[in-house]
Amino acid sequence: MTIFEVFRQERKGQPFAHAGSVVAPDAAFADAWAREQYGRRGESQALWLVPRDAIHQITEWADEFDLKYRRVDGYSIKARLAEARERAGTAGS
Amino acid sequence: MDQRNLDVKTGAFLAYVQEGGQVEATDWLPDEYRQKLVKFVEMHANSERMGVLPEREWILKAPTLQRKLALTAKVQDEVGHAQLIYRIVEDLGKPREQSLADLISGKAKFHNVFHYPTKTWGDVGVIAWLVDAAAIISQKALLKCSYAPYARIMKKICWEESFHILHGRDVILAMMTGSDYQRSLVQEALDRWWGPLMQFHGNPIPREEDPMWVWRIKSQGNEEARQQFLEGYVPQIRELGLTVPDPNLRRNEDGVWEYTEPNWDELRSVVTGHGPRSQDRLAFRARYLEQEKWVRDTVLAA
Repeated sequence: MTIFEVFRQERKGQPFAHAGSVVAPDAAFADAWAREQYGRRGESQALWLVPRDAIHQITEWADEFDLKYRRVDGYSIKARLAEARERAGTAGS
Repeated sequence: MDQRNLDVKTGAFLAYVQEGGQVEATDWLPDEYRQKLVKFVEMHANSERMGVLPEREWILKAPTLQRKLALTAKVQDEVGHAQLIYRIVEDLGKPREQSLADLISGKAKFHNVFHYPTKTWGDVGVIAWLVDAAAIISQKALLKCSYAPYARIMKKICWEESFHILHGRDVILAMMTGSDYQRSLVQEALDRWWGPLMQFHGNPIPREEDPMWVWRIKSQGNEEARQQFLEGYVPQIRELGLTVPDPNLRRNEDGVWEYTEPNWDELRSVVTGHGPRSQDRLAFRARYLEQEKWVRDTVLAA
């Protein structure tokens, strides 16, 4: 038996979101069961069935190189701006 | 991992879920959390599976073709919910064959309301309307469950349960706008189901003492759920001219409902397999498990 993770798209143009899984001996059975479980009320525009083993997951996020310049929280503008205004003589104006 | 490290890790996990954090199947889970989760989720799956039996009896006896089809669709939905929920249990490490064996042997439980007979079509209406309403209150609270795969499938389940409540309410309204005899069938069914409904959410244990809340498997306490049920449904029951069979039922000025103490001995006895239909229904499941073995064998051989 193979576990297939089911991703469903509600409407055209929307992202596929993980919905659950079905367990089936092959893709044909998985197809039938996923249609029944996730589409019989017309609630899905499309489904992706992915064998669980085919999913390569990443959950560890190393930050050894201090990559925070790529993020909004990586910049502390406030103190520098205050200093720059101080120098320019525009502080408090 | 030595005991000290394990305690630290478990403590951090507990703090994380208590702050509203959610975990995935691939995350490290403390053993106690996994055990509690399996027990809770498995009982839910068993209840979906056993819950169709009281209604199934009425598919053949439904009053119209439309009702027959709607009831069949409801039964399909509930069986589908059981399938989805057993998948969660399997991913937590308990094989489905084991869950089914434990259900049949009486080792695993299912909800109290599915141990009772469905005497008339009125019972079918009351089940779909009020039993499903009580169930959806518990299930909506599971949308915030700390175990994310369970919370995700609950979205689909709650969505489908909302059809069932509509179906039930429609059955009840049809009967309440019908003959005196039809109205009496609804009142009698309500009289029969009120006790089990009041027991449904469990004893009013403070949520801080409920391990299912401590681990944030549930996001509300038993009494909160019961109060929500009363607040939402007693007015709906009364506006139809039905009488709730509890002379002590009343809403205090602070919005809290008072009621006669539910019969907790009955609840304990029923869920441990001593309800009026417990053994018949388990025997039915056992018979079908055996009878349909060839289907499983064929599929597995495919």
